[in-house]
Order: sequence, then C-alpha cells, then structure tokens
Amino acid sequence: MPAVSKGDGMRGLAVFISDIRNCKSKEAEIKRINKELANIRSKFKGDKALDGYSKKKYVCKLLFIFLLGHDIDFGHMEAVNLLSSNRYTEKQIGYLFISVLVNSNSELIRLINNGIKNDLASRNPTFMNLALHCIANVGSREMAEAFTADIPKILVAGDTMDSVKQSAALCLLRLNRTSPDLVPMGEWTSRVVHLLNDQHLGVVTAATSLITTLAQKNPEEFKMSVSLAVSRLSRIVTSASTDLQDYTYYFVPAPWLSVKLLRLLQCYPPPEEGAVRGRLTECLETILNKAQEPPKSKKVQHSNAKNAVLFEAISLIIHHDSEPNLLVRACNQLGQFLQHRETNLRYLALESMCTLASSEFSHEAVKTHIETVINALKTERDVSVRQRAVDLLYAMCDRSNAQQIVAEMLNYLETADYSIREEIVLKVAILAEKYAVDYTWYVDTILNLIRIAGDYVSEEVWYRVIQIVINRDDVQGYSAKTVFEALQAPACHENLVKVGGYILGEFGNLIAGDPRSSPLIQFNLLHSKFHLCSVPTRALLLSTYIKFVNLFPEIKATIQDVLRSDSQLRNADVELQQRAVEYLRLSCIASTDILATVLEEMPPFPERESSILTKLKKKKGPGKVPDMEETKKERNSDMNGSTEPVSVNSSAVTMSTPSTSTDLLGLGLAPVLNSVAPASAGGSLLVDVFSDNSPAVASLAPTAEENFSSPRIGSADVVSDDPAAAVHDADELVNKFVCKNNGVLFENQLMQIGLKSEFRQNLGRMYIFYGNKTSTQFLSFSTAVICQDALKTHILLHLFCITKQVDPAVDGGAQVQQILNIECVSDFMEAPILNIQFRYGGALQNMSVKLPVTLNKFFQPTEMTSQDFFQRWKQLSIPQQEVQKIFKAKHPMDTEVTKAKIIGFGVALLDMVDPNPSNFTGAGVIHTKNIQVGCLLRLEPNTQAQMYRLTLRTSRETVSQRLCELLSEQF
Amino acid sequence: MIKFFLMVNKQGQTRLSKYFEHVEIHKRTSLEADVIKSCLSRTKDECSFVEYKDFKLVYRQYAALFIVIGVDEAENELAVYELVHNFVEVLDKYFSRVIMFNLDKVHIILDEMILNGRIVETNKSRILAPLLVLDKMAES
Repeated sequence: MPAVSKGDGMRGLAVFISDIRNCKSKEAEIKRINKELANIRSKFKGDKALDGYSKKKYVCKLLFIFLLGHDIDFGHMEAVNLLSSNRYTEKQIGYLFISVLVNSNSELIRLINNGIKNDLASRNPTFMNLALHCIANVGSREMAEAFTADIPKILVAGDTMDSVKQSAALCLLRLNRTSPDLVPMGEWTSRVVHLLNDQHLGVVTAATSLITTLAQKNPEEFKMSVSLAVSRLSRIVTSASTDLQDYTYYFVPAPWLSVKLLRLLQCYPPPEEGAVRGRLTECLETILNKAQEPPKSKKVQHSNAKNAVLFEAISLIIHHDSEPNLLVRACNQLGQFLQHRETNLRYLALESMCTLASSEFSHEAVKTHIETVINALKTERDVSVRQRAVDLLYAMCDRSNAQQIVAEMLNYLETADYSIREEIVLKVAILAEKYAVDYTWYVDTILNLIRIAGDYVSEEVWYRVIQIVINRDDVQGYSAKTVFEALQAPACHENLVKVGGYILGEFGNLIAGDPRSSPLIQFNLLHSKFHLCSVPTRALLLSTYIKFVNLFPEIKATIQDVLRSDSQLRNADVELQQRAVEYLRLSCIASTDILATVLEEMPPFPERESSILTKLKKKKGPGKVPDMEETKKERNSDMNGSTEPVSVNSSAVTMSTPSTSTDLLGLGLAPVLNSVAPASAGGSLLVDVFSDNSPAVASLAPTAEENFSSPRIGSADVVSDDPAAAVHDADELVNKFVCKNNGVLFENQLMQIGLKSEFRQNLGRMYIFYGNKTSTQFLSFSTAVICQDALKTHILLHLFCITKQVDPAVDGGAQVQQILNIECVSDFMEAPILNIQFRYGGALQNMSVKLPVTLNKFFQPTEMTSQDFFQRWKQLSIPQQEVQKIFKAKHPMDTEVTKAKIIGFGVALLDMVDPNPSNFTGAGVIHTKNIQVGCLLRLEPNTQAQMYRLTLRTSRETVSQRLCELLSEQF
Repeated sequence: MIKFFLMVNKQGQTRLSKYFEHVEIHKRTSLEADVIKSCLSRTKDECSFVEYKDFKLVYRQYAALFIVIGVDEAENELAVYELVHNFVEVLDKYFSRVIMFNLDKVHIILDEMILNGRIVETNKSRILAPLLVLDKMAES
C-alpha cells in the first residue's frame, strides 16, 4: 500500500492551501482566493497550451476554492477537455470537477454526454466506472435521455465487471429518481432482482438499494425479491463471522447489507409463503438471540454494527406487526437498551419503542417501561434524548396511565428546554383531552399549562378548551369558578385572561350567585387586567363586557361608563374604538329581548378533529405522530365520539377553526358575531331581529366599509344583462377554469373579459383584460372585487385581493388590462366576485362575474412514492377528513384528458401508486398564509357504468369538501 | 438516503463536502455553518444523532475532525455511524497524513463508498482498488 504523505503530488496546491489556512481574516482569505482565481483564469486563457499536470493542479485549486464557498464560473471547458483525455489521471480529475461543481441544469451536460458515451462504450472498467459515477452524481434529464437505454443493459450483461455493475445499479437508481418516466421497466427487472443472488456482496449491496427504491414504486413487479432477500439474509445471519471475509466488519458479517435487506423487506407485508415466512422468522430470532450473546469484541464498532442490524430487524418486526412473540421480544430488548450506558442506544431505543407502542400486541409490554422513561425525562443530559422520552410517553399513554403521564409532563415542562416546550404543551393538551374521564381534570390541566408555560400555549390550545367547555354543560360552572380563581393571581398570563374573559362572558352567570364572585367583582377583576393586555385580548374583553350587559343588567351602567370613556371611544386602535362605539350603541338602543338574542350563549361547536392534533402533526411532520385514532380504537376516549352531533351553525364553523391571530380576533368577537356575521353575509338572523332598525345593523358592522358596499345587483339601470344571471352563469365559468388558468371569462354584446393568471404557493396574480367590443367609449369604467367569505369572518379577507384601478374611460375597440394580486389567507369556499360598472350610451351598466379563484389554485404538487402515499392516506382516516363522491361522467372518459385535468387541478399525478392501473392518484399541498393542507386524491373511473368515484382526503374537512366539489365537476 | 457528507475541523472550516442532492452554493455555506454549530456544541454525553430540519445528522469526532452525514428517515443511524468509521479506516489505510492536499483522492474514495446517496461498497480493498490503479499509472 503506498503511503501518501504531505507534499506528494502537487506542490503548488499545497502552498495555496497552506496560504489560505494561514490567512488571519476573512478579507485576507478572499483576497488570496481572488488572486489565485485571476492567476488560474489567465493560465486558462493564455496562449500556451497547458499540460495535463498543470490543468489537473488548477482544477484541484478550483475545487478547493469551491469548497470554501466561492462560486466558480470558469474552468468548465478545461474540465470537459480533461474528461475527454485518454489518460486516466486527467480523465479522473475532469470527472471530479464536473460531478462536484456542475449542477444538473447546466448546459455543459450536453458537452460531457459525448465523453460519457465514449467511456461507457470503452469496455475499460475503470473508465466505465468514472462515467457511471458521473451520471449517478449529476443525473440530469439530458443524461437520462441519452443513457437510459444503455445502463440496464450494462447492469444485467453477463460479462460486466462487478464494480461496473455496482455503479450501474446506483446510476439507474439516480435516473429513476430524476426522470422516472424515462426509465422503462422491462425484461431487465427480473434479472435485477436476481442480482440479490450474486456471489459478490458489493453487487448485492448496490442492487438492494436499487430494488428497494423500485419496489416502493412497483411492489407487484418486484415481489419476487422478498424470497431472495430472505434467503440472502439468512445466509449472512447464519454465517460464521469470518465467512464473508472483507465484508465482515468487526466480527459482524456484512452489517450494511443486512440493514439494506431488512429495509427492502419493509416494503412488503409478511411473506405469504409459509417456508419463506418461517425462514425470515428464524433470521429475526437469530438476530435477537445474538444480542444476548457475549460480544465477540470489546470494540464499540462491533456492538454498533451488531445493533444497527438489530434495530433494523426490530423495525421490520414492528412493520409486520404480526408475530406477538417477536414483538414482545423486541420490546424487551429495547427495554434493556433504555438503561444502556451508550446514549446513542438509549436514544434509538426510545425512538424505536415509540413505534412499538402503537402495536396492539406490544402496547402493554411497552407500558411496563413507564418508570424508566419518566426517569429518562428527568435525568437525561441530552435534549434530543429527552425529546424522544416525551414522544414515547405520549405514544404509550392510554386511559390507565394518562393522569400519571400528564402530571409528569407538566412537571418536566417547568424546567424543559425552550426548544421543545411548545410541543410538550400540545401533547399535554391532546392527552388531557383524549383521556379525560373527568372534565374538571381537563380544565385544571389546561389552566396549569397556561400557568407554567403560558408563552408556549398556542392559540389552538386555548381555543380548544373553550370549544370543549362550550360543548359540555357539566363543566361550565366549574370552569367559570376555576378561571375566576386563577385570575386572582396578581400576574397572570395573557392567555389566561383570554380564556377567563371568554368563559366568564359565556358562563359568568353560573357563579354570580356567590357574593365573592358577584357580577361587579367579576367585571372589576377582568377590567383590572385590561390595560396590561394586547389589542386582540382587549378586543376580546370588550366582547365579554357586552356579554355581561346581557348576563348582568345590574352592572350595565358601569360597563357603559367604561365603554364611554375616552380611552375606549377614542382609542387609537380602530378595532377597539369601533367595538366600543358599537357595543355602547347596542347596549343603549336594543331592548332586553334583542340583547338576549344577539348576545345569546354560543351554540355548541361541531365535533371535529382537535386542531391541536393537526398542529402537532404539522410540527412533527407526517408519520412521526403515531396515529392513536387508528391504532388504539379500543382505548379511544369518548371526547370526539359520544357527544351528539350538533347542527352546524355558520358562524360557529368559522369560530371553531381558529388557527391564527386573525382568527383569534374572530373568536374574540364571537359573542357578538354569532349573530352579526350571517346578517352581513346576506342577511338572516340579525335582519329578523332588528327588522325596522337598519341603522343599527349598519353601525354594528365592525369592519371597514368596503366589505359592505355590496354589489348593486339588480339595479334598474341595467339594460343588457341580468347581473344575477351573470353571477349564476359564472359558476359554470368558474368550473371551466378550475383546471386551467387562461381563457375568456365572460362575453356579451358589449365587452369581453379575458383572463391570464398564475399562482405560486399562497399567492396569485391575475391579469384581467377588458375588451370594449363596441365602437363607443365606455365612461366611468370602474371595477371592484368582493370576497364573500370575507364577510363571514369579518376580520380579514380570506382572499386578499389588491387591484390596481383602471382608467375610467375605455375607448371603442380598445382593451384595458388590470392586475389583481391575490393572497390566500386561509381556506375558502366562495369565489370572489368581480363587479364592473360603466356608462355606455348614457345608461349605467352593471355586471358581476365570479372570478375563477378557487382553492385548488393554491396547490403545490407533491411527488411521493406509493408507500408514502398509502401511509399518509392511512393517517387521514378520520371520517371527516375524507369526502367521497360518485358521479356520472359528463364528458367522454379519456385517460389522457383525465390526466391533464388532474395535473391542471394542481396536484402531482402519481403514476404507479394505485394497484389498479386505471385509477388515478394525486397529491399536493394547499398553501394558504395560515396553514398548509396536504391533500391526497384518488379517482376511480368505471368505464362500463360511465361513472367516477372521487375520494379526497385532507386534514381539513372544509378543504376536502371544497376540492371534491370543484374536481367532480370536471369529468 | 444520504443527503450530504461533510468533513469539518474544530474551527468550523469545511474540509470536504459532498452533496447527493443539489444545493445552491450560497445555501451550502450557511447549511454547513448551521450543521457544524449544532454538532460542535454537543458534549460527549450527548448522542451522535441530531435532528436537523427535516433530516437527521449523524456525526462522529476524530480528534479535531468532525465527520457529519445528513440522512433522511430511510437510513439506519447506527449503520451510518459505522460507515463513518469505515471511511476513516480506509483513509487511514491509504494516507499517512494530511488528507487536505489530496482532496481529489478523498473524493475518489468517497465515490467508491457512496453513490447517489446510497452505500455502494464497504469492502476496504475494493474501495481502494481504483486509487491503486491510479497510483500505478502515475509511477509508470
């Protein structure tokens, strides 16, 4: 073995690197680098042809400079030349430059493809390997186009060298990753599977990686790999530690390959064939047995390698979730590791046990380790290990130990690392709700949470406690009493003021009989906190006050005095001022009956998945939160289940999906909005209540007036169009635009409206073209965009549209353009309405058209494997998350057209995911400012019946519904 | 899969970086700084796996040198941890000292061990085979 020492090779390079290392400052380093870059540039541009050695030296320097974080914008041509050289040393450095510096979009790719082609055809294994490494590293589309035909051939050809096969396997994997459409499956697939039998373990290692990825996409086609992998694994596991020679690592036979084989097997359910299954069980038992044997070496490498295999075997056991015996053994093994002195093992054991906890066979076994895990939470010195302990406690929690676990988590929260507090808060809130037998315990727990970690209690948490208190009569009095007591603390967290304000506003009357919590005392207590609070909380408190006016007529005058004070009526904050003005007015003019109706107790919230759970899932990413709904049905609490379904009240729906600070205001307003909102959205309840009192209606509207300048639909001035019809027809038009972004939106004798739009994440821009079809000028041309949903939430336009106004005069035959900026704040149902007004020949024209801004426009497609797809599909298994519709085909059922429509809808069309090839599956994420909603869809055509079945699963019921409505109109 | 491979000294200077998924160069420097910070700040008692954004870092320290590998959830942490050691043993077998002056050769070694983010070869003599061919050519 040649020992390479310092200075060997390129002296100039060594000098340069030493120079850089000796630089005292960043500036000096940059100066030195620029000098070197100038030098190299001049050398490359110079007349004198550089010899191979110099080229190599300079390219090495460039690599080093690149490594330091400086972009290299030249030298590529030299690298291409080196790559085409016949000398191995030069060729190698050329390839190195390309694979390190060139990204897959570079135009250089075309230039090097030729060199690669020659090398692949050279039959020189060293050259072929360089070329294959380059493809595997760069893997651009151009490369895929040029080489997908060749590489499978190289891979399965009988005379290919082993090392070339290895490179070819990974190369094919890369091309499959970047351009899956170009890599054809074919007769080579079965031969690839048989590479698992190859006598060379390097080849098997490479092939296993390739097969694992391909099997995730086409499980059927690679099913054969299961039995081959099992027999290969069995041969490795049972081999003596010296059998595999160089593939034995510290007395562990082929640990990396074993891990890969075990991973491959996790793409499949337990083998059906008895013999294979038996052999696999034997393998897994052997691996578990070996863990108990005395180590063959004291070196940590030995135990690490052995345990790498062991953990992977346990993953497979958990994945199969079918052998109670193995599951319990796995659990015991992990239990041993929980107390191991190696932190790495404790960490991995906690992590692994977390998934084990969700298996019904081993849940009880996992629970026996509760004391150890609680101890870990208290004593571990590494925050990431403590985090795993929290996760495991969360996963092992059920009704029997909920009180203990919640108490321990609350305990830990007092000293927990800041980085994980919010997550612990969410977990405590979820567990307390899920396993609450006694809701007073739940209320106490949440108030404790706010006391201990108020800053980390997100809105979801306190919204949820309010939802629950409102929905459960039995806990309302207790809650009022408890918050009242908690508010006595001289310094209490603002979140407590919010909860307290809201609950007393609704249920303060339940404790008002006690002279210690009389109405006035309640009011004074809340008002003593008022001045210390932020604007949103004050707004909420003002709503509480007006609710008090209804609950406690005896303190009406006191409250009116407060509302009337300059600090309220003339508050600099427009929201507070408006509330003060309107509440004061309401309290003065409305009769007791009207007050009682307007300020009625909030109706129950519709039962739904806790938004906290959604938030936790989002925080942890899919798959990390064990889905307890699904796996522990038998232990499910009655929280979401047993309460009788409540009628859905439109305002309650808006309130019960709180997720942002804007919604926070919505909730704060809830006591009043309950009745105001429907009125402004087109008028029902409030109009009835006030019948003849329209000024009051107007003055109640707490938002900016433009929301209320409702479209003047049905104006007598309209000559040519019935605008109501126009809006109605536009529904069809909106449907027309669901899967496309450009086209003619509207046309009549006078004008044509064209559209071009583009959307990216939660933002969109729409270009609207108004064409005057007549020869007469349009005068006073004006447009306005009205968002209907905005009226419901009052606070923020769900769709935030900013229009640039157009010129008031539009010449005959001319076209004007208007740009509309759109921001999707949260999910929405109604499309905004574009209202157009102008004078034509003396008559006022007024028309309204729905703008095709639909929720699906804010999709970002998501590519995923079949395994991921079904895993997520399973995670979204709560009934409300799924919406299904079966409908008749309106158009001829053409596969290509359907595909185009699904892609146009905005999701990624996932090929080969569904076992039935005639079905379509798609995945995407709806981006709004407040939340992102992942969405999976599946469309199953039935050509015989000319019907479709469309299923949508998202984490949000409203989103599932809306998307289903939109997409089902398309086929 | 393996997302990137970094060799960093205690001062936080990157000595070798290899990305298996394209990352813009200006993002590389900040990513590297971030990654290094989260590993350097850890003590010996803490475990060698760090959750970082949506992936995990597996790191191992050799005197003043840190080797950090970024992996997704489909990798086995301990296997990657030992891969680092295997890599170091290969370097030990080949180089007598400073590897910095032989960046190109380290890249060759890495290319033999990890391709497209997957472990491709673990047998030390086979990993070094192409380098030996290279050395033979240089001698002649």
